[in-house]
Amino acid sequence: MHSMFRPTLASLLLVLALVATPLRAAQIEVVASFSILADLARQVGGERVNVTSLIAADEDAHGYQPRPSDARLVRDAHLVLANGLGFDTWLERLARSAAHATAVVVASEGIEPLTGPESHAHHGHDHGDMDPHVWQEVPNVLIMVSNIAAALGRVDPDGAARYAENAERYAQQLKALDADIRSTLSALPISRRKLITSHDAFGYLGKAYGLRVIAAAGISSQAEPSAAGIARLIRQLRRENVPVVFIENISDPRLIERIAHEGGANVGGKLYSDALSGPDGPAPTYIDMMRFNLDTLMKGLLPETN
Amino acid sequence: MIADALIGPFLEFEFMRRALAGCLALALGATPVGLFLLLRRMSLMGDAMSHAILPGAALGYLGFGLSLGAMTIGGIVAGVVVALGAGLVARSSVLKEDASLAAFYLMSLAAGVLLVSLRGRNLDLLHVLFGSVLALDDASLLLIATITTFTLFALALLFRPLVLECFDPSFLRGVSGLSPIAHYGFLILVVLNLVSGFHALGTLMAVGIMILPAAAARLWARGLTSMFGVSVALASASGVVGLLASFHADLPAGPAIVLAAGGAYLASLILAPGGLIGPRLYRRPHLES
Repeated sequence: MHSMFRPTLASLLLVLALVATPLRAAQIEVVASFSILADLARQVGGERVNVTSLIAADEDAHGYQPRPSDARLVRDAHLVLANGLGFDTWLERLARSAAHATAVVVASEGIEPLTGPESHAHHGHDHGDMDPHVWQEVPNVLIMVSNIAAALGRVDPDGAARYAENAERYAQQLKALDADIRSTLSALPISRRKLITSHDAFGYLGKAYGLRVIAAAGISSQAEPSAAGIARLIRQLRRENVPVVFIENISDPRLIERIAHEGGANVGGKLYSDALSGPDGPAPTYIDMMRFNLDTLMKGLLPETN
Repeated sequence: MIADALIGPFLEFEFMRRALAGCLALALGATPVGLFLLLRRMSLMGDAMSHAILPGAALGYLGFGLSLGAMTIGGIVAGVVVALGAGLVARSSVLKEDASLAAFYLMSLAAGVLLVSLRGRNLDLLHVLFGSVLALDDASLLLIATITTFTLFALALLFRPLVLECFDPSFLRGVSGLSPIAHYGFLILVVLNLVSGFHALGTLMAVGIMILPAAAARLWARGLTSMFGVSVALASASGVVGLLASFHADLPAGPAIVLAAGGAYLASLILAPGGLIGPRLYRRPHLES
């Protein structure tokens, strides 16, 4: 009797444990519009949140079409995070059509946006007047992180202290990253601090860290380049003696190879702009992405020493 | 000054010379094929076939990334399957060829759109499907030139049966067993040239450089030989004019080239002997009774 009872009790406990698990781990469901924002939310939320990115890693945000499964994710989420500044306007509409009770939180709130294109060739850009790629400047991400921590604290007051703590710890890492980028780039001669890419997503990087950013095909990767735009860029490469051009993870590389070849420049490595890489790639998190980009920049821009 | 505006861009920039070479190769290969499509009253078939290519190119892209070879082979396979499948259904069922082709290409197009939106929410594929005449690399140029060369030889071989098929298909079927060879050989040429065109201009625009110069040439010329000459000349000129417009007026190149061909067609429609007011401009005494 005694020995028969014990397994029964054990299985009863097991069943109780199984029933209790979902209750104990009642996680906060967070939906972010794209992978970089999702990573920030994960850093701040830690184990209390489950973050889903609607635009997956390595996907282009510009031509994004929401799917019905996205609407379901948004409907079921406790918190919906958007970048704002015209980057993900569709998320607002999606949340409204999914009858989402709470408003969409705009992570870039409080960041001073870059307005107006700085370089030429900006036909057909679809972000309005503001450059939405704020995360390329690390101090902006500090603001985003504190916005995210505040928003998480509102939907989950029990965890507010934890979120603040996570955000503080992550902010220290971000400050170290910011300092590293500054000190590394300061090793470059002024004449080589030039960055040319196929999609103008590095305006903030250029402004914050003193690089001159020149775009090939306007601010949006949807704009189809004209012969005039390409010719202007080639002439500019020739005139300014730009050493290297960079390809991003999202645009047709053949065009940039052609431009580099005719402008007498080398093609540098791949820079991540709007999306992280997959977990096995070189840029699975925001900090990895910025360090990887810095590495690639330095490899391309440092004059050969030998 | 004018010569500078016309020739300068090509002298200064290699990408303009490459684009020009691509356009001329397309004019030499795709336009004669388009002329046969037109004469066989199959102009709209070119459009249907261009949609049929989409899932093959999409599969090639999803499997191997932005690889010229995979997308080319995928597109050719999808196009040939649709062309042969439609022909088979037309011969062995009560459906006519246009109906079975429409059925096949609509399914193919839907499958293509499904593939594009299912896996590749990535814009790269759209870039490629809309073509990139300004970014032709060695491999793409070589591919287009190879397909053009092959097309010219194949057309020379198939010329007599094809011409007969244009004007009296039942006669050809009666006197020779070459009819199906000519027909399917021709369909394969259509697919090949659409694939070659989509690397430069995209699947939608590739049909434009096939059909528009051919239609314009039909308005000017009566003999087959002169029709070929006029259509290839108009297609080449459209390429040059489109590229120059893209250079000087800051327009996207693919649509500019096709619209230049469209302009040539509209002008021909008004001015050519076979057009709207043309017959009154060029009175032919021997035609009057």
